[in-house]
Amino acid sequence: MTVESTAARKTTRRSSGTKRTASASTSTTKKATAATASEPELVQLLTPEGERVQHPDYDIDLSAEELRGLYRDMVLTRRFDAEATALQRQGELGLWASLLGQEAAQIGSGRALRDDDYVFPTYREHGVAWCRGVDPTNLLGMFRGVNNGGWDPNSNNFHLYTIVLGSQTLHATGYAMGIAKDGADSAVLAYFGDGASSQGDVNESFVFSAVYNAPVVFFCQNNQWAISEPIEKQTRVPLYQRAAGFGFPGVRVDGNDVLACLAVTRSALERARRGEGPTLIEAFTYRMAAHTTSDDPTRYRRDTEREAWEAKDPILRLKTYLENEGHADAAFFEELEAESEALGKHVREVVRAMPVPDHMAMFDHTYADGHALVDEERAQFAAYQESFEGGETE
Amino acid sequence: MAVQKLPLAKALNESLRKALETDPKVVIMGLDVGKLGGVFRITDGLQKDFGEDRVVDTPLAESGIVGTAIGLALRGYRPVVEIQFDGFVFPAYDQIVTQLAKMRARSLGTVKMPVVIRIPYGGGIGAVEHHSESPESLFAHVAGLKVVTPANSSDAYWMLQQAIQSDDPVIFFEPKRRYWDKGEVDTEAIPGELHKARVAREGTDLTLLAYGPMVKTCLEAAAAAAEEGKSVEVVDLRSISPLDFDTIQASVEKTRRLVVVHEAPVFFGSGAEIAARITERCFYHLEAPVLRVGGYHAPYPPARLEEEYLPGLDRVLDAVDRSLAY
Repeated sequence: MTVESTAARKTTRRSSGTKRTASASTSTTKKATAATASEPELVQLLTPEGERVQHPDYDIDLSAEELRGLYRDMVLTRRFDAEATALQRQGELGLWASLLGQEAAQIGSGRALRDDDYVFPTYREHGVAWCRGVDPTNLLGMFRGVNNGGWDPNSNNFHLYTIVLGSQTLHATGYAMGIAKDGADSAVLAYFGDGASSQGDVNESFVFSAVYNAPVVFFCQNNQWAISEPIEKQTRVPLYQRAAGFGFPGVRVDGNDVLACLAVTRSALERARRGEGPTLIEAFTYRMAAHTTSDDPTRYRRDTEREAWEAKDPILRLKTYLENEGHADAAFFEELEAESEALGKHVREVVRAMPVPDHMAMFDHTYADGHALVDEERAQFAAYQESFEGGETE
Repeated sequence: MAVQKLPLAKALNESLRKALETDPKVVIMGLDVGKLGGVFRITDGLQKDFGEDRVVDTPLAESGIVGTAIGLALRGYRPVVEIQFDGFVFPAYDQIVTQLAKMRARSLGTVKMPVVIRIPYGGGIGAVEHHSESPESLFAHVAGLKVVTPANSSDAYWMLQQAIQSDDPVIFFEPKRRYWDKGEVDTEAIPGELHKARVAREGTDLTLLAYGPMVKTCLEAAAAAAEEGKSVEVVDLRSISPLDFDTIQASVEKTRRLVVVHEAPVFFGSGAEIAARITERCFYHLEAPVLRVGGYHAPYPPARLEEEYLPGLDRVLDAVDRSLAY
């Protein structure tokens, strides 16, 4: 049974806050569907056609302003992402990992967070970074090759991008264990993908978080592809169902539906805050672009697949809804278009002006308390550089 | 009672107790560290006195232990992790090398990683496979980690205190076959620097350089050599990363001969690095090439053969003789 089949636009809404406690666990008991089924069983509140539908376990009541805010977040994130891809093509970045198609999953989950919550991203969470208030140009340092991180994780409670797949899920779990030790009611949101779901660290993080009842929500963006390997190479069961084996609820949400992603993540975070432990959310979405700018998807997937997912575009469906409901007028869209262009220009300018760090900086921050060998090699390197005529090599 | 005579294992236990008492952010994590007190009883009685929240029995997954310790450190805690045996650290090697060691640099110095990973290491206790190895150079090779190893009870107590206080990740190798050796510990002393080597016995003819379990072996070798009229100096390295080359250099400039002894395989072992750098630093002082005594390039052998594999008194003295023959 699909949600769409029973849905009627603007049917009576369940008052928010009801059924929350039972919500996620209900989902785990639903009939299994194959990971690649064309219409997977999932939580959906906004159809690809832009129709608002109801779900028995999840609801959300947003003002027109909040809806416009989500739309703006997604549009600006996509614009930033497109700019970064262009900058890579122009040689300004060495690499870019595009989030194209995953805007709803990231903005929906990212906007479910409180300021005191903490996020552990992969290397593709540009939309979540946006929600956390991280300056988007900060994300580009590592892709330009001027640093390997470049932001203070604690200033926005947004950890550094992690490139080794799945490692951050354990950091998230440990951080959540620390929150519990502190007696705080914050929660942690840990991102990973369908590929990383096969990693031992991800599975160990499920074990640890379940055993310690840690306040962490695992947000898996199943974008169907781990570079060239389809989801069938990672799992024989829908990923959200794995949670049951670890003893906590799992739920599959339409990852291209920003409202559903927000509702489901909010509910899971609240559950974590109440001390009821972890939840696994599988956001069923699609990587519209290549894995990175170095990848060539024409070698392993058909254009028709992408075209099918384009019909489910996360931004388009919200736009349709905003227009049909009269929640946004032409002026709003025009202003947003201008804001997007300004963002693109800003990103271009900042990236092009991003300085190459001083060559002595490679020694910096290796240790907090110093290290004799680092000191010795730094001095040798400095002396070598100064041995050139005029001091510096360039 | 400030000065006590304690087995090395008990000195570590006292050190952990002191750390738990003085810093509420210290958390001990590992397998069987609670009621059992660890397989070597290093955490004996600590969970009873400090509770399950601070002395944490973890699921049996080393990567999970270290990975969650990193997360706790990001939250402001000072995790002290116990890996049960040397050969079991490798599931956590990825977290240690790709995450723990690099986190500070990747954050441009905005986060710190005060994590101690305690590893009982080395052979000589008749154990089964994977329980007797010496993987220290695999960690010393990684920038961002510090690697230390005490050889006696006093160092066990103080070096662990200092490792826990460090804002850098420290791999703390414990010489498991010396756990039961007793030594004096002054818990009110002013400790020396964590990363400084120590001249354990003065001598003039040759320097034996060792750390961890091999310090005792080298002291015995020096005593035996003295009966033959040879004056052998023994330097206890204490810290493998960083290495205290100034102390080594001073000793070698005095004795003009250096033999490095460790249980780890000689090939790409810490002795290789020491030999290369001391040759650079002391080329005109050396009367003989730097010699190394250690394990062989073969998997650690079954227990019945380990006495032949490990450097013992005779192999150390053989190297002393070869060096003096130049």
